[in-house]
Amino acid sequence: MSEQSAPLPVVPHLKGAGTDDPYLEGHKCSDCGSIFLGVRENCSNCGARGKMEAIRLSNKGKLYSYSIVHRSFPGIEVPYVSAIVDLDGGGTVKGNLINVEPKPESIPFDMPVDVVFDDALGRKDGDGNSYISYFFQPAA
Amino acid sequence: MSDVYIMGVDMIKFGRFPEKTVPQLGAQAALMALDDAGLKIQDMEALYCGNLGQASGMVGQRVLQEIGQTGIAVVNVANACATGATAFREAWMSVKAGVYDVVLAVGVEQMGKGLLGGAGGKTGIPKEGLLGSGTMPSVFAEAGMEHTRNHGTTFEQFAKVSVKNHHHSTLNPKAMYQIETPLETVMNAEMISYPNTKLMCSVNVDGSAAAVLVSEKKAKELGMSRAVKVRASVLTSDPYTDRDLVMPDVNAVTRKAAAQAYEMAGVGPEDVNLVELHDCFATAEILHYENLGLCADGEAGRMIDEDEVALGGRVPVNVSGGLLSKGHPLGATGIANIYEVSTHLRGEADKRQVEGARIGLTHVIGLGSACGIHILEKVA
Ligand SMILES: [Zn+2]
Repeated sequence: MSEQSAPLPVVPHLKGAGTDDPYLEGHKCSDCGSIFLGVRENCSNCGARGKMEAIRLSNKGKLYSYSIVHRSFPGIEVPYVSAIVDLDGGGTVKGNLINVEPKPESIPFDMPVDVVFDDALGRKDGDGNSYISYFFQPAA
Repeated sequence: MSDVYIMGVDMIKFGRFPEKTVPQLGAQAALMALDDAGLKIQDMEALYCGNLGQASGMVGQRVLQEIGQTGIAVVNVANACATGATAFREAWMSVKAGVYDVVLAVGVEQMGKGLLGGAGGKTGIPKEGLLGSGTMPSVFAEAGMEHTRNHGTTFEQFAKVSVKNHHHSTLNPKAMYQIETPLETVMNAEMISYPNTKLMCSVNVDGSAAAVLVSEKKAKELGMSRAVKVRASVLTSDPYTDRDLVMPDVNAVTRKAAAQAYEMAGVGPEDVNLVELHDCFATAEILHYENLGLCADGEAGRMIDEDEVALGGRVPVNVSGGLLSKGHPLGATGIANIYEVSTHLRGEADKRQVEGARIGLTHVIGLGSACGIHILEKVA
């Protein structure tokens, strides 16, 4: 097994894994302004072809909705907060909301959050590679 | 174009039948629906068969191997939890178009136990519990919390949906469970994904349901006394909404279908006497009161608080016990809902009969997403 030089991104739209400037990338339709995660050719809102432009998404946003997960698949640590976050400037992302008590009274809607990047909870793939993931936490 | 009528419709009692095959389960309901119509498999001109778990397994043909290989057209349908409704609608369309006069629609599913969804991709590392949760209880919890965000809906109001539907199921011998679950029991059950406790999640069961659909000409020939008229049959996919690709939007897809269905039927939500809607989770049911126009936006919490959607209320919802207690065999659910509403329109629902029911609506959602709505009317 070869030595891993840098952690891999948990999803392809996480850019700059292993650098000190990781960020989430969106693709924006220059015709209608819709923002998508991941590379795509065409816009599923207006149908425009070949009008997608890669943009850097904000690392700040607001909590839109969530659930507190108490039962998941074997080996997955619970409870945790599964959160839907609207990023400032556009784009909606789903992820774990960390550093917050997993209780409804501690999780107000529209709570400002920061997008932070860290090791993917120690999870490695079949080749032993480690990964960097994104998380949300209450804004500093 | 001919009006389309349901002449026979039935479902097996939902449960767990590991000793049976999928085609055997489908065949059971098919024969029951044929008997209900007073017809034979030799009278059928086509079969539309809905199943998800063996979508590439020619289930329709294997159903015919159980009950009669007559050589008719068979169409196998898969459309997530809208599979049964989609099979029914394909059958409806073939009669509506004048291609056939008598067709059979079957929905069947054999389920495992446990959580659905969230299995994730095959490359890299598992994403569940890392990038949020993709389990169905979580996805529908998040959809419910959006309603909480917009309208202040409470955990208790969501829980009341389960209390109601479990109560209804005590009156339905074909439901998986017939057990009362008081509010404290529902709220104190194991929390799966807040705000959905275990008793607020639909039950994975095996089941099948089937319907015989006929043209007006054929219905007159057979006698209209127990016929049910299909006033609207609508299928939509999810239109683009801002968060749809991250947070499946079951609202827009339902609103679009409801608007089309009411227009096609020439009725409004105020004319509907009972509804079987897609309560895959208690949180989901609340959303659909508004999506189907049973109340104004923001009124769903009040509707459940004031028992308007309970048996005896203004517009009873899920008097069968719903997916929460009758059970949710994915491919069968859409036709089982049609069976339930038809049974009320025929005045044959016994203890759970919605008195004087003339018009009923069925609704299913297949996440990903599809919405099927049917509006049915009593004839005689
Ligand atoms: Zn566009």
